[in-house]
Amino acid sequence: MSTMAFLKRSPWILHYDASSCNGCDIEVLACLTPLYDVERFGIINTGNPKHADILMITGGINELNRAVVRNLYEQMPEPKVVVAIGICAATGGIFRECYNIAGGVDKVIPVDVYVPGCAARPEMIIDGVVAALSILEEKRAKMTGAAQIKDDARHAAGEST
Amino acid sequence: MNWLIGAVLFLILAPIAGGLIAGIDRKITARMQGRVGPPLLQPFYDVGKLFEKERAVVTTAQNFYVLAYLIFIALSGALFFAGGDLLLIVFAFTLAHVFLVLGAYAVHSPYSHIGAERELIQVMAYEPMIILAAVGFYMVSGSFYVTEIAATTVPAILYLPGVFLGFAVILTIKLRKSPFDISTSHHAHQEIVKGITTEFSGSTLAQVEIAHWYENVFLLGFVFLFFAWNPVIGVVAVAITYLAEIFVDNVTARARWQAALKSGWLATLLGIANLAILSYMMLGGA
Repeated sequence: MSTMAFLKRSPWILHYDASSCNGCDIEVLACLTPLYDVERFGIINTGNPKHADILMITGGINELNRAVVRNLYEQMPEPKVVVAIGICAATGGIFRECYNIAGGVDKVIPVDVYVPGCAARPEMIIDGVVAALSILEEKRAKMTGAAQIKDDARHAAGEST
Repeated sequence: MNWLIGAVLFLILAPIAGGLIAGIDRKITARMQGRVGPPLLQPFYDVGKLFEKERAVVTTAQNFYVLAYLIFIALSGALFFAGGDLLLIVFAFTLAHVFLVLGAYAVHSPYSHIGAERELIQVMAYEPMIILAAVGFYMVSGSFYVTEIAATTVPAILYLPGVFLGFAVILTIKLRKSPFDISTSHHAHQEIVKGITTEFSGSTLAQVEIAHWYENVFLLGFVFLFFAWNPVIGVVAVAITYLAEIFVDNVTARARWQAALKSGWLATLLGIANLAILSYMMLGGA
């Protein structure tokens, strides 16, 4: 199977604002500005879940966007990782007691990396994405490994009949 | 035999050259915006990554259409570098885009459909100008064959300045650059998601990208024809044209589709005026 890992060198990001106060959103966008310029690492902010490798969510899950978050996650092709940015995305933060807040992002979809902070700083966000990259690479290796095993099994079955 | 070598070299080298051009483009764009920018080989990493992703296909028909798009783009470019008939090349090129539009229409997605509609508008905007450029070359060299156009000793650019300017305008549409980047919306990804490529992912999207590399090399070859009487000036002119396109991409905001259509047709009028004057002069001279 392919041993060259291009995935780590070209992670495309989908950014979704669950119910953030915009503090973390602005810090996510700051990563794309000339000061931090994450395109240096091949990171592109795509608005399309079908092109994305990393889902970055800011803010807690509320009852209205529960289905939206799940839908976005399911539309992303494997391998994919989820980064929860800011304390609200991790646990619900100061809004966790609100009547409409379900809690952190992990109430709806599996989260791979939690980036703490209120608001999370751009350096922390980049750190979180870098941590996510190694998880992404692990998932890719597992995926190709699984495909290999399936392939071998198919060959073995083909030979026996 | 020469024609075969040209075609084979194009099919093998164009993706490499196209990817490198895309890498240089992104680097220069980043520098213009005061950023460091991605590595030179970033476009290759991107396409390699797309082949590593899961094959999530909405309808299998879209795979067929996108593959046809790639094949016909490669075919029109190969015909061009084989020195074939310019009219045949233009029609194969148009057919390729029809396949891309059909691929986008194959999926029931509003974003994909808007992108496909806008792509059709773009085809309407640039198509007359491309055909006019072929006619212009015929008037200067007396042939529609690329081999003979490239072999003329007459500097085509001096006879066809209007056609060249018109072609430069529609080149902005073809390279998917601002202000006419309306069907894929590379720089406005929240507007119509990703327009025509919204529903393509993984290796299908990679094929669209590779087709775009082929297309760019073919179009730059077309620009070269205007300067073919002197290859050195030709290469320099192609580089300057592309740099100008990057500059325009960075200093303009996206136009509405009406403006794109009007600009394309205004460029065509410029080309027609050029050809009218040229034919008048040729008649007078004869």
